[in-house]
Amino acid sequence: MSQHLPLLIIAAPLLIALLISVNGWFYQRLSFPLAVLGLAAPLYFSIELLFLVLKEKVVVYKLGGWSAPFGIEYRVDSLSVLILALIPAVALLNLLSNQQEIENYFEKKTAGFLSLYVIFVSGLSGMVVTGDVFNLYVLLEITALSGYALVGAGKNEAPLAGLNYIFMGTVGASFYLLGVGYLYMATGSLNMADLSAILPSLHDSKVVLFAFVLCLVGLFIKMAFFPMHSWLPAAYSSSPPASRGLVAPLTTKVMIYVMIRISLSVFGADFSFSHTILKESLVWISSASIVFGSIWALRQKTLSKMLCYIIIAEIGYMMGGFWLGNADGITGSILHIINDAVMTLSLFLAAGSILYRLKTDELSELKGIITSMPITMGVFILGGFSIIGVPPTCGFFSKWYLIKGALQADSYVFVAALLFSTLVGVVLFFRIIEITYLTSSHHDGHEEPRSWVNVIKEVPLNMLIPLVVSGAMEVLLGLYTKEITLNIIKFALPAGY
Amino acid sequence: MPDILEILLARYNYWGFIILMMIGLYAMISKNNLVKKIIGMSIFQTAIIFFYVSISVKLGATIPIVDHDGHSADIPAINPADFVNPLPHVLMLTAIVVAVATLGVALSLAVKVFQRYNSLEEDEIYSQINENKIR
Repeated sequence: MSQHLPLLIIAAPLLIALLISVNGWFYQRLSFPLAVLGLAAPLYFSIELLFLVLKEKVVVYKLGGWSAPFGIEYRVDSLSVLILALIPAVALLNLLSNQQEIENYFEKKTAGFLSLYVIFVSGLSGMVVTGDVFNLYVLLEITALSGYALVGAGKNEAPLAGLNYIFMGTVGASFYLLGVGYLYMATGSLNMADLSAILPSLHDSKVVLFAFVLCLVGLFIKMAFFPMHSWLPAAYSSSPPASRGLVAPLTTKVMIYVMIRISLSVFGADFSFSHTILKESLVWISSASIVFGSIWALRQKTLSKMLCYIIIAEIGYMMGGFWLGNADGITGSILHIINDAVMTLSLFLAAGSILYRLKTDELSELKGIITSMPITMGVFILGGFSIIGVPPTCGFFSKWYLIKGALQADSYVFVAALLFSTLVGVVLFFRIIEITYLTSSHHDGHEEPRSWVNVIKEVPLNMLIPLVVSGAMEVLLGLYTKEITLNIIKFALPAGY
Repeated sequence: MPDILEILLARYNYWGFIILMMIGLYAMISKNNLVKKIIGMSIFQTAIIFFYVSISVKLGATIPIVDHDGHSADIPAINPADFVNPLPHVLMLTAIVVAVATLGVALSLAVKVFQRYNSLEEDEIYSQINENKIR
């Protein structure tokens, strides 16, 4: 069993997704427990893999018994294992939290939605474990296709936003595919480990450089990196809340993981960081992404739109940190992938709970909810503190590493951008705290006796527990930063860093 | 001048796929009709399929089926130059499936857009959205 773990992590949810959609024709009520099973199983497998990787550093699985350059290889190492555990965990928390929401929203089509949901998770995990660049493309598209449907299922402008997302996503994936084509032309191989052995001899080849740039550009579009970001707020803010909590924390982070994987494990750190102009301009663009993302977040009038722009700023954090090209920067970037997924999850869950209660997430309508929904707002503020970077929340530690890396690389623009976004974060979240402290503006004549029982209108328990768990995860990840960095992320850094 | 001509002629497959790709990109960017945009997207994807297929070509080579009865142990010596590279073709089979699936999702979303706004022209849809916002 344990030698099949890297495959099971993808195969189990994929098969269960099929089961959900077939079962949906006969017995709808079983679809939700099945979906929970389809996410709990990979979560269990990934935790088992985590212990295996801590012991052995690398777990390799040969698909169908074909050995490396000919067959497809699945490989779990220190870089991927944390993200692998994170994906089903985030998806499961979001699913549990949104049970009523999904059933109210999709009614008879619940089974279809849940099936897509599980396929999406399976595709994301696949992207993380695969050791083959073309297989990565296929899984990228599996994720993207289910993601388009998840996003496009929303109300109002969702289909149009989904369609624009398809155009952008397809262009991104096609660029990546083209890059893989050039890579194949230059090397004749598609296996990541094999490629990294061949590529150093082609260090000066223009074809390889072109392949590198094409792959990067494709992934930039997919991850909504600054100038190519416009699809993200439109698509995410109009999507159903249940899919927003899944797609928003995970997609961009996994894309950044893929970029790190391609840069470090395929092209190699020496090649990726040898192009000084590329490296420095990417740090500059990341800084711009942070600054503009923060400013746009400040301008938004609804909670979900604001959070979408925060995501764009956060992408800048991870991109900039990675392209600083030193140990602290890369550590901060990898750490921030995990932290940011948890942070955005708890923010989106809190926003989802608020939306569930108030039926709106206009910032001006949030008056007084800190007394009516104290736990939800508590977790929301905790998430906000994490975005700002207040210790001991996890956001502080990754930001610390990023700033340390930036100072080491003498990249003061990036330091300035990080500090700027911290300031904007303070304004952003304290403004919300201020709004939520204000009591409701419309008085209806007689004063109600204010007791705890009358005032508190929290969301149901199954929404509250995942929310609190995600909040606790923020603090725990923060407190265990040292253990995570020393035992896992340290081994993910390229040799010589 | 002859140098450019040589580059154009010697690498005509690349020029072909780039032109096709740009036609697709142009349609996606500048067309107003959503279905035309989707067609552009399809052309864009097809261009990449052409690129992959064209890089597997070898002059004078044939399909990669080894002439062998399957029972006797003596497999004839295989000269790679005699056969085209089958791998890009196989990869593109997957890419075609992906492209068809993308097309399907895109068209179904276009149907939903049409049901909601009764139009597929982007400017009309946006003016409707803006009107709703003002009200």
